[in-house]
Amino acid sequence: MPTSPSESPGAAGSPGVQGSPATAGAPYDLAVIGAGPAGLAAAVTAADLGLRCALLDAGQRTGGQYYRHPAPGLGATRPDRLHHGWSVYTGLAGRLDAHRESGRVDLLSGHQVWALERAGERDWRLHATTGPAADDRATVRAAAVLLATGAYERQLPFPGWTLPGVVTAGGAQAMLKSGLVLPGRRIVVAGSGPLLLAAASSLVTAGAEVPAVVEATNYLGYARRPGVLAAVPAKLVEGAGHGSALLRHGVRLRRSSAVVEAHGTDRVTAVTVARLDAEWRPVPGTERRIACDALAVGHGLLPQIELATELGAATRTTPDGTAALSVDARLRTTVPGLWAAGETCGVGGADLAITEGELAAHAVADRPVRSALLRRRSRLRAFAELMAASHRPGPGWTGWLRPDTDVCRCEEVPVDRIREAVEELGAGDARTVKLLTRAGMGWCQGRMCGPAVACLAGAGAGTGDGSGSGAGPEEVRPDSRPFACPVPLGQLAAERHPDGPGGPAS
Amino acid sequence: MRRTPADLVRAEPGPAHTIEFDGRPVPALPGQTIAAALWADGVLAWRTTRVGGKPRGAFCGIGACYDCLATVDGQPNQRTCLLPAEPGTTVTTQEGHGRADLAV
Repeated sequence: MPTSPSESPGAAGSPGVQGSPATAGAPYDLAVIGAGPAGLAAAVTAADLGLRCALLDAGQRTGGQYYRHPAPGLGATRPDRLHHGWSVYTGLAGRLDAHRESGRVDLLSGHQVWALERAGERDWRLHATTGPAADDRATVRAAAVLLATGAYERQLPFPGWTLPGVVTAGGAQAMLKSGLVLPGRRIVVAGSGPLLLAAASSLVTAGAEVPAVVEATNYLGYARRPGVLAAVPAKLVEGAGHGSALLRHGVRLRRSSAVVEAHGTDRVTAVTVARLDAEWRPVPGTERRIACDALAVGHGLLPQIELATELGAATRTTPDGTAALSVDARLRTTVPGLWAAGETCGVGGADLAITEGELAAHAVADRPVRSALLRRRSRLRAFAELMAASHRPGPGWTGWLRPDTDVCRCEEVPVDRIREAVEELGAGDARTVKLLTRAGMGWCQGRMCGPAVACLAGAGAGTGDGSGSGAGPEEVRPDSRPFACPVPLGQLAAERHPDGPGGPAS
Repeated sequence: MRRTPADLVRAEPGPAHTIEFDGRPVPALPGQTIAAALWADGVLAWRTTRVGGKPRGAFCGIGACYDCLATVDGQPNQRTCLLPAEPGTTVTTQEGHGRADLAV
């Protein structure tokens, strides 16, 4: 394994880190949050340029979700077989190791940042929980911050989606890549977006049977901009690679279709697949039942940007209806001293994330960048926007909901309670729905139900007839979340804020 | 024999150890999370919900959804998709909020 941060438990006593026991030191030049493709590339590039960096990640190993890989104890001698472009990761990880050895980068694994505090110009405090059980805390000080927190999957509820055995497509991949396990033996893959093909191809090569990949769109969106596609040949090769793996294993791709129900009592035993019209409305009479013991489902990715939006960073609405950070050509957010790279600026994949990480590092170090890097970024960004537009959920998806379908998994809030809040109690936005129904108030802080609640609360008054703008509101406003993840009260009580301003949420 | 994920990556894991799930032994490989060890044993649910008492297990697999909570070594509400399965770890199916002892 190129890196095994589990053997280096953070940096208690390192400069710029206050943990318990508290040890203060000189702030870092740059703190990078997230050690996935964007964050890794940013940290090693910034270190190449002479900056002292802290690289924080909630996980135990670097690579993020994309390059998630087995723990050293699992002894995977060919981890590359679960990845596209594994050598890119080992290259970055090797550079990181060299910089850690020279003391240029401190890797703070197991650090989940829950708030960014701007204590002054070039004086940031990053507050994090530490350890797998989040039972300790640390404060990291830095002159600049780069947000590379990636994305998590967008979910759209359907009857039966809370059954054990129904997992997210990314989750099935994550558990496979890190733990070498599968949720079942016969796994339907469904939803929308390029992740589905990648997930299905990993699952079949790892020994699962995939009776169908069910994609809600018809893929014709990509054909509308042939120039954009031609500019990113590597993307086409990657797609073709997944496609041929699926062909080899006889996996059937059902386009313009969706899983409209998962069946079972204690675990999923079958799904119903139906054809969708262009608006994603299920077409009556087209239902087919497919037996399976697991379902991997997802509808694209949502940028994870709470840490920045809580500071007032401006966002833009991407073509698939998600909120991403607004950044300039130097990857600066609208908050001074806060940069962003990769999926936080709009979902676009690992190549784009690495490119943006390098660009952002140059910008933080105030160095000029090669114009080739800028051109590469615009080519890949153009592809990302095309991809987003092609997989944008249609408003008709609410047609597969039933009154008793749970929308909020944590608080178990069904569709009819949300519709009651909207239609009878006058809730016109997700926040009011949350206050009236508790949808989005649970452990996951609305990450799983947020897009669905916003859609049901938005135009169309949740009638489910697809007549409103539904899943595609013109402007997506991110939720306000003072804490980016649940924080034990004891850690907040232990928090000291001698400087006063910019303290935690009051 | 059908192919397994371990075959795919030519895994040569260290010796398996044992965790305890609801009083029975479950094998775990070094480096696996609790959720991974349970999946490998065919277990998909290790929590019941507060309102409906419905079974739940791992959903997002990356620590974002909190559906995979269980009582681990007596501590309720632990994310099993993040926590490593250490030798001797005790996992108990969590009922509701897992704080029945507090009578709240």
